[in-house]
Amino acid sequence: MKNEKIKFRDRVKDISAGLGDSLKESSLWGSIFRPGSPFRKGYSDSPRNRSYVVMNNVLYHLHPVKVKRHGVRLSYTLCLGGLSFFTFIVLTITGIWLMFYFRPTEMAYVDIQSLQTSIAFGSLVRNMHRWAAHIMVIVVFLHMSRVFYHGAYKAPREFNWVIGVILLLLTLLLSFTGYLLPWDQLAIWAVTVGGNMASYTPVIGAQVKFALFAGLEATEATLLRFYVLHVLFLPFIIVIFMAIHFWRVRKDGGISGPL
Amino acid sequence: MVDIPEHLLIKTAEARAKALGISVEQALAEMKGEAEPTTISKEPEVIDVKPIEVKEAPAPAAEVKEAPAPAAAVKTDIPAEVEFAPETRVTQRLLTVVKAKPIQKPTSEPVDKVNTWPHLMLPEFISLMAMTAFLIFISAILQAPLLEEANPNITPNPAKAPWYFLGLQELLSYWDPQIAGVMIPLIIGVVAFMAIPYIDRNKDNKPSKRKYAIMLWTFFLAGAGTLSLIGILFRGPGWNWTYPWIDGVWFDDLLDWVHFE
Repeated sequence: MKNEKIKFRDRVKDISAGLGDSLKESSLWGSIFRPGSPFRKGYSDSPRNRSYVVMNNVLYHLHPVKVKRHGVRLSYTLCLGGLSFFTFIVLTITGIWLMFYFRPTEMAYVDIQSLQTSIAFGSLVRNMHRWAAHIMVIVVFLHMSRVFYHGAYKAPREFNWVIGVILLLLTLLLSFTGYLLPWDQLAIWAVTVGGNMASYTPVIGAQVKFALFAGLEATEATLLRFYVLHVLFLPFIIVIFMAIHFWRVRKDGGISGPL
Repeated sequence: MVDIPEHLLIKTAEARAKALGISVEQALAEMKGEAEPTTISKEPEVIDVKPIEVKEAPAPAAEVKEAPAPAAAVKTDIPAEVEFAPETRVTQRLLTVVKAKPIQKPTSEPVDKVNTWPHLMLPEFISLMAMTAFLIFISAILQAPLLEEANPNITPNPAKAPWYFLGLQELLSYWDPQIAGVMIPLIIGVVAFMAIPYIDRNKDNKPSKRKYAIMLWTFFLAGAGTLSLIGILFRGPGWNWTYPWIDGVWFDDLLDWVHFE
């Protein structure tokens, strides 16, 4: 055990060992990597630097400096919350890339075809976007189940569970609106079936379907509507709720448990 | 009044005896109320400080109130029989006994914590890399489906919703659509899910203490999973029951599943 620790420390020390000392000593390098960064010259593995790594980095400081020991066990969370967020990031990156080649008009189907056949990595990125979307729905649902089985929705975390349910709904809506965009037979009929389910809403069913489809059935107006919802409106909303969700995790006392 | 330990009483009585020029036993008796007090009542209030000098002397409490010149006042009013200077006169007395206890009271047990870097961030980073590798791998071998161009005039049979709604579509085939299509997802899916923490008031999070909740959720998972699987694999044209190994699968997300290029 002790031997392993030493090995790890050596490795951390050498993260940037391949880079020349003159580069690491330059003021430019020092200005980029804040104190505590393992890339900075003279980094050593100390409790103080371990805190700085987290505190002095805009991305890492989503995390607290210290976490409960049982929470870092992979078998406790299976990383499901983190992976939900990560698939969202992958979907954002691949989605922005796809937007360069896609028009939400009668050209949509042709654009997808040419994306798959004549654009470098087009097929790969489209596949990644689609499979990541399915994975995100699964992972978000598994995360919800994990939270339930651990009783992690109990006080003081009740409201964060509510936000989590909203996030699940937004994830489903994002996936559903994206389903129409390839504008093939699979897309239009899956969305038609989904829209018909919405039309069974009591009292305002017809209005709900009309608002969703921008008409009585799935047309190109629906395509544009779903496109704007998919690339702008829903991501905007879900990011706000994710921010609240992550913030509440910290404020409600970090990870729940131990069991 | 707090019960004053005997040794403190004796100590105080000694100080009092010295100050007043009486015997220790006398002072003790006075303090216990067994003798006529030389100075004060037997039951001194903790807050309301009463004088310990002979009756003619001004009360120290008054001194405090009538600052700023208490020393002078004391000096002029010393009774003649008191020999020593007022500054050196021993005037302490027992006001109250404060039991030894910490100022801060810990409300929760200390938690065993580890540094986020590297103990959390390293596994996290590895799992992200594993997910990326997995995603690129399946994207390289599995082609996302793309059927013919959308045509509102040609309805496929069966027309299936996205896979995560297929459990609902399956329910829809059993019940009145107004119940299955909207009321169930709306009430169960949204309101009931959100209300879970407010309904389940059991504070325990040990699995052995919440068997009922775990059972309910497991039933929900099993039910939703079964309905979805039926919708995905066992439903063919006209939403009739089919066996995937005999009749094939009507699920276009699985179409063109393996991609050779």
